[in-house]
Amino acid sequence: MKLTLRVWRQKNAGAEGAMSTYEVDDISPDMSFLEMLDVLNEQLILSGEEPVAFDHDCREGICGACSLVINGDAHGPERTTTCQLHMRSFKDGDTIDIEPWRASAFPVIKDLVVDRSAFDRIIQAGGYITAPTGAAPEAHATPVPKADADFAFEHAECIGCGACVAACPNGAAMLFTSAKVNHLNVLPQGAPERESRVLDMVAQMDAEGFGGCTLTGECATACPKGIPLMSITSMNKEWLRATRKAGKR
Amino acid sequence: MTYTDYATGAPVTDTKAPFGPVHERWDKRRFEAKLVNPANRRKHTVIVVGTGLAGGSAGATLAEQGYHVVQFCYQDSPRRAHSIAAQGGINAAKNYRNDGDSVHRLFYDTVKGGDFRARESNVHRLAQISVEIIDQCVAQGVPFAREYGGLLDTRSFGGVQVSRTFYARGQTGQQLLLGAYQALSRQIAAGNVEMHPRTEMLDLIVVDGRARGIVARDLITGKIDTYFADAVVLASGGYGNVFYLSTNAMNSNATAIWRAHRRGAYFANPCFTQIHPTCIPRTGDHQSKLTLMSESLRNDGRIWVPKAKGDTRPPHRIPEDERDYYLERIYPSFGNLVPRDIASRAAKNVCDEGRGVGPGGQGVYLDFADAIKRMGRKAVEAKYGNLFDMYQRITDEDPYEVPMRIYPAVHYTMGGLWVDYDLQTTIPGLFAIGEANFSDHGANRLGASALMQGLADGYFVLPATINDYLARNPHQDPVTEQHPVVQEVLAETEDRINLLLAVDGDRTPDSFHRELGELMWEFCGMARSDAGLRKALERIPQIREEFWRRIKVPGTGEEFNQSLEKANRVVDYLELAELMCLDALHRTESCGGHFREESQTPDGEAARKDEEFSYAAAWEFTSTGEAPVLHKEDLVFEYVHPTQRSYA
Repeated sequence: MKLTLRVWRQKNAGAEGAMSTYEVDDISPDMSFLEMLDVLNEQLILSGEEPVAFDHDCREGICGACSLVINGDAHGPERTTTCQLHMRSFKDGDTIDIEPWRASAFPVIKDLVVDRSAFDRIIQAGGYITAPTGAAPEAHATPVPKADADFAFEHAECIGCGACVAACPNGAAMLFTSAKVNHLNVLPQGAPERESRVLDMVAQMDAEGFGGCTLTGECATACPKGIPLMSITSMNKEWLRATRKAGKR
Repeated sequence: MTYTDYATGAPVTDTKAPFGPVHERWDKRRFEAKLVNPANRRKHTVIVVGTGLAGGSAGATLAEQGYHVVQFCYQDSPRRAHSIAAQGGINAAKNYRNDGDSVHRLFYDTVKGGDFRARESNVHRLAQISVEIIDQCVAQGVPFAREYGGLLDTRSFGGVQVSRTFYARGQTGQQLLLGAYQALSRQIAAGNVEMHPRTEMLDLIVVDGRARGIVARDLITGKIDTYFADAVVLASGGYGNVFYLSTNAMNSNATAIWRAHRRGAYFANPCFTQIHPTCIPRTGDHQSKLTLMSESLRNDGRIWVPKAKGDTRPPHRIPEDERDYYLERIYPSFGNLVPRDIASRAAKNVCDEGRGVGPGGQGVYLDFADAIKRMGRKAVEAKYGNLFDMYQRITDEDPYEVPMRIYPAVHYTMGGLWVDYDLQTTIPGLFAIGEANFSDHGANRLGASALMQGLADGYFVLPATINDYLARNPHQDPVTEQHPVVQEVLAETEDRINLLLAVDGDRTPDSFHRELGELMWEFCGMARSDAGLRKALERIPQIREEFWRRIKVPGTGEEFNQSLEKANRVVDYLELAELMCLDALHRTESCGGHFREESQTPDGEAARKDEEFSYAAAWEFTSTGEAPVLHKEDLVFEYVHPTQRSYA
C-alpha cells in the first residue's frame, strides 16, 4: 500500500505546530498502525530529518501509552487502541491525518506526545483504598457478591489512555474519573472512603481544567475498553449522595 | 586475552540465608534484622527505579513505613510498566480448594519447575509470602474473579496439579499493577514519594563502595541530573528485549541493571531466558514486537504440522492421516501440555525440518476443531473468546474456522543481577527486586509465578531487609554533585550521549537492534551449541564496533529525543548480549530454558549435569569486551532432591 500521511509536528510545548505531509510506500496490510509509523520514522532518520515522536510501549492494547487521533477519531476507525489498529483498516492511496490528543488539560510535549499527568493527580486525590502493606485481613473474611465484583472489574479495565477526553467536544474527563470511582466504591473494601473519594476526585478533575460533561457520549464510543456511558451516571449518583451526606454532618 | 578466556574467581559463599529448618528461616531473618526507629526513617532517602509490580509495591510500602522515597520510571505515568500485560494469574498457596496445596507444595513445584537451579531458602520464602499477597491485593480492591458465593475463584495453570492461580479475567497483571499504583499514588499525594515519570536511569553512583545515587535523564528536557540516597533499589525488569523481538514492551530495557553491573554488581545466569510457546507468529520484517496468548489455550487446542515438508495446502485440505500431532506423538502422557521449554523446542524442530506453516514457515497450527466438535462452539467461546478475538484482530483470521498459527517468542528472563537472601547485590546498598534479579525461578519460571515474585519482593521482602541495611549504616556522609566520583560518572554519561549524537552515520538504532536480535535468536535462542555461540561471540564485537562508526541519531540531547533513548539502550544490549552468550557457552549442560545441543539424552531430551553445574553463575564485569570473572554460588538441596524431569 502507498499512503499519504499528514502528521502534526510540533517542536516542543512552547512552539507553534503544523501539519506536515509525508509519503510512505510498501505498507503491508498486516502491519499495525504504529509499525507503519516506524517505517516512516526509519525513512526520516536516514534522510536526516527528526522522526515523529509518539507515545507507545506494550503494543498489545493494555498499557494505555499510545494516543493518536487518526482521521479525527481517537485511536482511529476501529474500537481499539492505536497499537492494535492494523493497516488493513485502510486502503491503498488513502490520505491519513494523524494528530495528538487535543484537550487543554493534555498539553502537547512534542509532535504527537501529550502530557497526561492530570490523570495521575486525579487518582492521587482519592483513587485508592487506604490499605497499608501488612494491615490486610484474610482475603476471604469479606465475601463480595459476584455481580459487584464483575461491576468493579468492568470499570477497573480502564487503561488511562485518555481517548475519552480526546473524543469529548468539551474535553471532559468524566468517564476516566467515574471508572475509578465506580470500581472502588462498589466494593466493601472501598466503603469507608466512599464519600471522600468521589468528592475529592471530582474536585481534582475540575481543578485540572477538564471540561464539563454534557452527556454527548463520544467518550464511551471512543473507549477502547468499553467503559459504559452509564458509568458517568453512577458517579453522579455517588457524588450527589456524598454531597447530601456531607451537608447533613 | 579473548572474551571467552574468563577466570574463575572466589566462590560466593555467604548468601545471608539463615540456617535451620527452611520454614523458619524467613522469621529468623526478620527477627535478626536491625530496625530503624520510626522517627528516624524520614531522614533516610531510598531511590527506587521502576514502577512495575516490584517497584510500585516497594515504593508504596517503603513510604508507608516512613522512608523518603524518590522514584523513577521512563513511562509518562507509573501506571504503565509492562507488568500490566501479564494475563494469566498469580499463584498463592491458600489451599482454598482443599485440593492438597500447601506452602511446601508451592515451594516444591517452583524448585522443580526451575530445574533445580534456584536457592531453596528464597523459594520457600516466596511460597510463604504468596498467601499474604492475595490478602493485601484484595484489601486494595483488586477485582479478582469470584464465585457466586462471593469467595475468590482459582484455576490450575502451567501443568501443576492443584488449583492455586488467582486471576482477574485475562488481565491479572493490569489489576495487580493498578493496585500497587494506587497505593503509590496515595503516598505521592502524601508527599512521601517524590515521583519522576519520563525520567530514565543512565548510571549508578557508587561512593566508598556503597550505592549512593543515580544519574538520570529527564526525557522531556534532556537534562541529565544526579539524585542521591542512602540506598538504591532497581526494579527495572528483565532484559528480553536484547532479542529485539519479544513479548516485552517496546521500551523495556536493560540499561539500569547493565550499568549497575558495570559498576560492580554481579550478573547471575544471564543465559536463562524463557521462550513462551504460544505467541502469534511474525508476519514480516516490519514486525516490532510479538504478542503472547495465554498458554491456557493448550488445554483444549491440538498442535500439529503437516507430515510432509513444504506442504503448502491450506489446513482444511490436509487430511487427518497426513497431519503430525507431534507433541501427542512424542510425549503421549503429557501431550500438548508439556512444559513451556519443551513445547517451544519441539515447535522449532519441526519448523527447522521444513514443516512449519504460514509466512516463512515459522509457525505451527493450534487447532480447536476437535474442541469445538466436543464442547460446542459456545463453550469454546466462553472459555477462550477474548483470546480468539485478540488473535483475529491481529491476524485477520477466524480461529473458529481456521486453526491458529503459533510460534515461540522470548518472554521472560530468569537471569538478572545476583542478589543475596536480603535481595542485596554485591554492591552494598544496591538492591534488585522483581525480574531484575535472578533469585527465585532457577532455569525456568512456572506460569503465574512472575507476579507472585514481583509483589513478594516489593511488598514484603525488601521493606524488611532494607531496614537492616539502613539501621547498620545510619550516618552516611552526604554526597553532593561536587564529589569527584559523581563528577566522573556524570562526565562519562554526558560523553556517551554526546558521542551517540556526534557519529552522524548512516544506520538507525533500530537497524542495529534488529541485527543483534536476529543473531541472538539464532545462536542464543531456543537451542544453543558450542559452534553457534562462538559464532555469535565473534560477531557481537563487530556489530558493536560498527555501531560506534555508523550510528545515526538525529536531533540534540537537550530535547525529547526518542532516537537517542533507543540508541543508548542498544549500546547496553550490545554488551549484555555478549555476556549472555558466554554464560550459555560455559554452561555445557541443558537445564530449563537453556538447551545445549551437546547435552541431550539419546531420545533428544534435555540432559542436566548436576555434578558439574549445580551452581548459579555470577559474573563480575572487568571492561567492555574483556573476559569477565566467574563466581560460583553452589546450590544445596536439602528438601527437594534433584531428579531428571520426564514428560514422556
